[in-house]
Amino acid sequence: MYGGTELVGEGILKGMAETARNFFGSFVSKDRLTTVQYPEERELQIEVARDFPFLVYDGADWQQGMRCVACQICEKECPPKCIFIEKSKDKKPDANGKPQFYPAVFDIDISVCMSCQICVEVCPFDAIKMDVDYSLSTDDRFGGLLLNKQRLSKSNDYYRKIHPTEAAEVDARLAGERARQEAKAKAAAEATLATAAVQPASGESR
Amino acid sequence: MNIATVPPAPLDSEPVTEPSKEQLLEISMGPQHPSTHGVFRMKVVLDGERVVRLKPVFGYLHRNHEKIAESVTYLGSMPYTDRLDYMCSITNNWGYALAVEKLAGIEVPERAEYLRVICGELTRLQNHACLIGFLMQDMGSTGTPLMYAFREREKILDLFESLTGARMMCNYMRFGGCRVDLPAGWLDRAKKVIADFPRFLDEYERLLVSNEILMDRTQEVGVLSRELAVSAGISGPMARASGVDYDIRKVDHYSIYDRFTFRVPLGSHGDVYDRFMVRLLEMRESVGILQQATRAIPAGPIVDPKMKIRGFRPKPGEAYGRIESPKGELGFYLISDGSPNPYRYRVRPPSLINLTVLEDLCLGRNVADIVAILGSVDIVLGEVDR
Amino acid sequence: MIHLVQLAQQLDQVFVLAKHWLLGYVPAGVQPLCSAVLSVLSVILVFPLLFAIVTWIERKGLGRMQNRYGPNRVGPCGILQPIADGVKSLTKEDIVPITADHAVHFLAPVLLVSASFMDYAVLPIGRNMVIVNLNAGVLFFFAVGSLMELAVFMAGWSSRSKYTLLGAMRAIAQMISYEVPLVLASIVVIMQAGSLSTVAIVNRQATYTGIWPHWFVFTPWGFAGFVLFMIAATAESNRSPFDLPEGESEIIAGYYTEYSGFKFALFFMGEYIGMFATSGMAITLFLGGWSAPLSFLTWIPSYFWFFAKLLTLIAVFIWVRGTLPRLRMDQLMNLAWEFILPMTLLNIITAGVWYYMPTGSIRWFVCSCMVIVPCILLSRGLKQKKRFQVRTYHFTQ
Repeated sequence: MYGGTELVGEGILKGMAETARNFFGSFVSKDRLTTVQYPEERELQIEVARDFPFLVYDGADWQQGMRCVACQICEKECPPKCIFIEKSKDKKPDANGKPQFYPAVFDIDISVCMSCQICVEVCPFDAIKMDVDYSLSTDDRFGGLLLNKQRLSKSNDYYRKIHPTEAAEVDARLAGERARQEAKAKAAAEATLATAAVQPASGESR
Repeated sequence: MNIATVPPAPLDSEPVTEPSKEQLLEISMGPQHPSTHGVFRMKVVLDGERVVRLKPVFGYLHRNHEKIAESVTYLGSMPYTDRLDYMCSITNNWGYALAVEKLAGIEVPERAEYLRVICGELTRLQNHACLIGFLMQDMGSTGTPLMYAFREREKILDLFESLTGARMMCNYMRFGGCRVDLPAGWLDRAKKVIADFPRFLDEYERLLVSNEILMDRTQEVGVLSRELAVSAGISGPMARASGVDYDIRKVDHYSIYDRFTFRVPLGSHGDVYDRFMVRLLEMRESVGILQQATRAIPAGPIVDPKMKIRGFRPKPGEAYGRIESPKGELGFYLISDGSPNPYRYRVRPPSLINLTVLEDLCLGRNVADIVAILGSVDIVLGEVDR
Repeated sequence: MIHLVQLAQQLDQVFVLAKHWLLGYVPAGVQPLCSAVLSVLSVILVFPLLFAIVTWIERKGLGRMQNRYGPNRVGPCGILQPIADGVKSLTKEDIVPITADHAVHFLAPVLLVSASFMDYAVLPIGRNMVIVNLNAGVLFFFAVGSLMELAVFMAGWSSRSKYTLLGAMRAIAQMISYEVPLVLASIVVIMQAGSLSTVAIVNRQATYTGIWPHWFVFTPWGFAGFVLFMIAATAESNRSPFDLPEGESEIIAGYYTEYSGFKFALFFMGEYIGMFATSGMAITLFLGGWSAPLSFLTWIPSYFWFFAKLLTLIAVFIWVRGTLPRLRMDQLMNLAWEFILPMTLLNIITAGVWYYMPTGSIRWFVCSCMVIVPCILLSRGLKQKKRFQVRTYHFTQ
């Protein structure tokens, strides 16, 4: 491997042979010409890539179907403190029909965000996820990089498109929870019906 | 030229030349320079072409990392450690996770340890590839070895992206394990990349190792003696090239490195050539470790089930966790007072400690050698300045 | 057949005939002046165009060696990139440091370009196509070529900056050290040809035995002389691996750090034109000038062969640039004075021996030994002195 050289220049000639091999190889093999000519060609999008957060909404109406309940956990856990949330005064029904708070203001300053993904990890409601869109450049340095609630909201279909495996797993889990909730609600409804059926009977007997 | 006979350099605001001596030339290889690996300044006093005194000036990239850590939680500090030595984010995460696990007594499951070793050694591979590429670039090979090295590095970065979501700022470790498990097919792709890597190393060696110009420029240049290396606290490949047999993977037996057979290359001359070759040989050893680890990785949980993400409050105490990062001994010292944020958080940056001997290495050499020597010390300004 | 031969000859002389035709329109008194102007004009038009094409070739070639495309956005395959570069350098602001010596700062690139163009006066580009056939053509070439070194020093000194001063000092030391082997390597050719005139030297090489030409590079002393001349030429043109004065990663740009815009472009062009001129001289001295490599290829015009050889040499320059790191200053000087210079002196002796020995295979053997054996001995001596080691490393467990 480390053979000795006799003549001055022998190692140099070996190096030149290596370069020549790369030169001619670049015309024939893909391995020796690794350039991807952006923007005409793109690399395959890697599924788990993360750029900046976005808010997920179910259904068609972004305000109605937004999963975020303004619990402000992501705001507290965000290391560079780039999330700013203002809780609403009233409540709106969520996917299970239960009335929840919602964020009146939800701003993320993506010039501060460092894409660490901690907000996604701590969110108990699967409401905030990481986007893969990187062409976010703008000429307005402050306002253009402060994304508000509307710009951050993207549908669940979009989430399924960019992160299929993750979205499938989240959907399955949420559907399971919803099924459990419905089963519990049905059991509770049957229990109240049963007690209601018993009550008048006992009342009438007096 | 002995450092002891030259008077100490004055404060930053004063010029370094003494008008009484002969015509000495003071140049500032300033913060903006094609080969200082970041914003790093050297005030060099030259006599003709020889270096008479050299004073490194850094701090241009200071970002208050240690102070910020006191106002975020332990977990919140983890993404900031990515940005310390931004070439090797995963090993930075690992050092920090190790320190916190020592502090709070958390155990790590076996699969997580294997994942950590695999990702750590991949980081070592891509860091050393980057370094030898840049060393050649600084010595004037207009980019050819650099491009070859980066071609390989890109494959490893693609692996990181498909595992952690980001190429460089991986944020992969958590206290008690790793954040996310391997996706389907990752292990096969990683095995393929690892199997192709020795071919690149052979190509590199053919291009460079017996190249007379390279040998001329790097042998007997920037010699670091064994005594100076030990007394200055040099660690990592730089110390091993001077003959100091100290590899924290072998000394501390942290994680599961005991299960893998690998050798530690040692140099004998301590010059730039030795540092270059030690890193090349270390890459081969890392490939060996990776092959063993990817074969033996078991199934299981990837994080300690008792760990919760929020509300982590370790008991009051202190801990120092260190790992063998690609640049040297990376250590994290934590003092906890029971609150969710650390009381004191200190990073032992290997690049900074290795940089303290720069003047001794460069005295009496030419200007052209300064760049080669600086390249072989392997600094990343994010770590030097934090 | 005769018709084809005549056609080939006319094609070969087409530029000479065109010039004579144009001169027919000019009164007889002014004809010498106009002839000179036309020849000079053709050189000034052709070689900068070649420079533009070579910058494109260099960037594409280096790119392919580095596993990437070169420029490929401006025009098909990036062929219009030199035009884009030219427009860029013309429209950049011309910054002159306030403490610089303005007159010298302005004159340095002008002198560089003028000196490098003057070199072409004695290069025979084709049959009967030399601007002026001086009796001491080779001497004129080297004399004028040294003016380039002066221009480099003017640039570095007048910018009044430490980086440029370092670069200029290095450049002067390097160029002066390599002038000596350059000239000594060409002496062997002068000895054999018996004349300093470039046209005579090419005519000596333009004959054939069988199909093989009489180029001087096909003799042992000629081959050694050619290699030594090319190494010295690389150093004279400040090309990698001898581009320390321009050391991009250490002193930014060396002696032309303080130049921007068009003056920088002039420096760049001056260096490349100088490189072409030195390669052209190498072709004239060793590679037979405009003569074809095989006797049955003489129907291809002579200027085509000259440019083909020139482009081959340029490709080798680019290849070397893409492979090798830079030599440090003292190593560069060591190489010049301790290896190249003794080899050139020994080469002169070898050429003398060749001249006086009778023709036959014995003189081939003797002269090859006289070239190869000292080369090996010198290399070994140099390596031992520098203690080049290919080392082995031991491991711990």
